[in-house]
Amino acid sequence: MDFQSCVNIKKEWDIVGARQLGRDIAKKIGFGTVDQARIATAISELARNIYLYAGSGKVCFEAIDDMNHKGLSIIAIDEGPGIEELSQVMEDGFSTSGGLGAGLPGVKRLMDEFDIVSEQGKGTEIKVVKWLR
Amino acid sequence: MRIPILKLHNYLLISIQIDLDDQTAIQFQEDLLNKIHGSGATGVVIDLTSVDIIDSFIAKVLGDVVTMSDLMGAKVVLTGIQPAVAMTLIDLGIHLQDVPTALDLEQGLIKLRQELEE
Repeated sequence: MDFQSCVNIKKEWDIVGARQLGRDIAKKIGFGTVDQARIATAISELARNIYLYAGSGKVCFEAIDDMNHKGLSIIAIDEGPGIEELSQVMEDGFSTSGGLGAGLPGVKRLMDEFDIVSEQGKGTEIKVVKWLR
Repeated sequence: MRIPILKLHNYLLISIQIDLDDQTAIQFQEDLLNKIHGSGATGVVIDLTSVDIIDSFIAKVLGDVVTMSDLMGAKVVLTGIQPAVAMTLIDLGIHLQDVPTALDLEQGLIKLRQELEE
């Protein structure tokens, strides 16, 4: 584990800040332009979910550098209302905000690993990983 | 921040060269519709050559502005979508199927002329 940095998500502009920092870190790790775009897009979706549904939270980045594995781990944490029906939000096209409903299922496809823990009234934590190939 | 909208004959040309935040995207949507209304433009090219990320929100705003402009009688063509952006959009499950696109500004103008049968 190399370094860890977090971006607090409080205002709309923080979504842009988070994805720019994430892209910079991805570039440093050695990801190509396509994976940089995938990572930045995934961060954008995660940060927007925090902003829209929880009001505030944070997105943290951690470079993974094991012996034979390099990658980027991203954790999005909020203390919002939590997600009522997890299986529903993972469906393509499901949205409560009038959006495209592409967010979370999209993030899952953009990244290699996807874990979500959500507890009603306590918050949501989503961890995603992209491995360098 | 405001995205400049240029008028060329009866076309409007826009080149998005900043990292779009939600507010700027919404503002752009409104500005473009007002400009179409005010100028009577019949065709619009939105060039995305310098855009290196389109997430689901920006995609929705862009898709919507194409439909909205169409309602007003102006055709919109999106041009210059980068390979990485195209791949990311498909991963996201966003196909923008009814949105006219072209490789670059030049092709976009040709496409507009065909669509408008000028």
